[in-house]
Amino acid sequence: MGIFVDKRTRIVVQGITGREGKFHALRMRDYNPDTVVAGVTPGRGGQDVEGIPVFDTVAEAVEQRGANTSCIFVPSRAARDAVVESFASGIELAVCITEGIPTLDVIDMLDRAKNEGSRCRVIGPNCPGIITCGEASCGIMPGQIFQPGPVGVISRSGTLTYEVVGLLSSRGIGQSTCIGIGGDPIIGTTFVDCLAAFEEDDATSAVVLIGEIGGRDEEEAAAFIRSMAKPVVAFVSGRTAPPGKRMGHAGAIVSGSMGTAESKVKAFMEVGVPVADTVNEVVDIISGLL
Amino acid sequence: MKVHEYQAKEIMRRYGIATPHGRVAETPDEVYEIASELRGHAVVKAQVHVGGRGKAGGISVVKTAEEARDAASRILGMDIKGLTVRKVLVEQAVEAVKEYYLGVTVDRSRKSIAIIASSEGGVDIEEVAAKTPERIAKVWSTPREGFMPWQARALALAAGFDGSAVTQVGGYFSSLFRLFIQEDAELAEINPLMLTKDGKVVAADAKITLDDNALFRHPGYGGLWEAEGDDPLEQEARRRRLTYVKLNGDIGVIGNGAGLVMATIDAIKAEGGEAANFLDIGGGARAEVVQNALELILMDKGVKAILINVFGGITRCDEVAQGLLKAIESVNLDLPVVVRLVGTREKEGRALLRDTPVVTADTMVDAAGRIVAIAGGGM
Repeated sequence: MGIFVDKRTRIVVQGITGREGKFHALRMRDYNPDTVVAGVTPGRGGQDVEGIPVFDTVAEAVEQRGANTSCIFVPSRAARDAVVESFASGIELAVCITEGIPTLDVIDMLDRAKNEGSRCRVIGPNCPGIITCGEASCGIMPGQIFQPGPVGVISRSGTLTYEVVGLLSSRGIGQSTCIGIGGDPIIGTTFVDCLAAFEEDDATSAVVLIGEIGGRDEEEAAAFIRSMAKPVVAFVSGRTAPPGKRMGHAGAIVSGSMGTAESKVKAFMEVGVPVADTVNEVVDIISGLL
Repeated sequence: MKVHEYQAKEIMRRYGIATPHGRVAETPDEVYEIASELRGHAVVKAQVHVGGRGKAGGISVVKTAEEARDAASRILGMDIKGLTVRKVLVEQAVEAVKEYYLGVTVDRSRKSIAIIASSEGGVDIEEVAAKTPERIAKVWSTPREGFMPWQARALALAAGFDGSAVTQVGGYFSSLFRLFIQEDAELAEINPLMLTKDGKVVAADAKITLDDNALFRHPGYGGLWEAEGDDPLEQEARRRRLTYVKLNGDIGVIGNGAGLVMATIDAIKAEGGEAANFLDIGGGARAEVVQNALELILMDKGVKAILINVFGGITRCDEVAQGLLKAIESVNLDLPVVVRLVGTREKEGRALLRDTPVVTADTMVDAAGRIVAIAGGGM
């Protein structure tokens, strides 16, 4: 169980012959050998990466190896093309790790994903991917820190997620699915999408949401949580960040009165969602809820 | 990347949007010359990357070339919100019958492009939205859907534009959308768009922000970038290809991942300290990058202690430790350093730091507490 990926996930790694693509393809395979079935690098069809067959196109990986999920490591200027190719070839879930994609490319690829006859979910871009504990890892998360259990984790950040997961695991609290939704201003799968899926997931009984400054995703999440039965604990990073400055993530910026940490904390408080002041407190609160 | 008003207007003219006659200048004498060509009646406008130039005295309407020269002597070199004015735009003064607002921007929540019109031009659009929302109309589009002149006319009518302006504005709006797409903008704004007595429309002020991630598609944009206003350390960081933001405290911070670094800075604050900077060495950070980051931090003379917080995902802790040791050697590091390393190859990383002056910490909160104690205690 868990959401979006599980033991039926069959991954094609787009950009598998690059340094990062290869490194993480092998780690994903270590996590669950059944899940990584193919790689794609145009012009390298017929080769293999330590036994993982490489194709020229995603369509071949779908037809010949039954891929249903793609994990994208291609350079930013080729990312829009790679995402569109994946869903045009029948991929159901595209996880885009690539950082630094032009915003209009992101808008366009998500618009096409929604409107061109496919119902492909896109996670990311600029994200660490997704892991359903004990079943499948699609992305760059360090598998060894996770352990199966009842807590769903959603985050706009990669390493901060590992931080929280590391603390959860060390206290014996396992996770169902952990998703890094990405640090860009425009992303395919939002907090609300994940919360809705966790609410329906039998393996999840509580959710940790790790937000940060910028945009209104946390405020929208707070409004959604009002209708949820499962408890949610929130953490918001960037509380001391100065306005008008991009804090590393393209999306982490307070513009005018928009996107402040105060606004997000307030939105969560108003719907009764506890907001932790430190990462340790996230774990304290969640352990009290289980 | 923000570009100056005069650069934004150059871009807009390429898309058929009319702007007042004029040019940019760097000296009072050049301003005198341009104002003479414009027969005196002109506007002298400071070119800086902040709003509120008018209120700060950075915009002057003049009647003669002499007045223009005087205004330029006053404005050039002026400080506006911490930025020094080095250039002024000298333009023909336009008399407006009406002022409108046209803007195209990215809408994060809707994952699309917002196209905004208002019959209340010349003021801050956020203010209009708060006070008279009925004078704003908004539609959304995508690169695939496009934006036709008829849609622009409908939008202008909905925002309460005068009938006589609607046709022209329709064309302008469509051009502004085309510009936004073709130039990879994050914001393209005309505020105000002036309707003149003889029924023409002119972009009296223009603002464009370009998407840094799309610069590879626009090799010519390198020349538009003017580093003015950035902190010297931020400029140095850009040269070093590091993601860095200068803050006001005395604790240097290095971490991997934007969220983690932000949370580390928050944790320092919670312990009663102040971070000197935000510095994200990113995923896959190697020894050279860590060394590069430390060198940058050491250029900040206000830094009293350094906290390094690394959670290994792609990043390997042994590489971070190696970079740290190399940097300590190469830059003669004499500041106290607290390091917190967890994740991939954690044991190897920590082993490398044993028998060095570096203090290690187990958790982020622990690390923040230690560094604040050290910086505050002047150890």
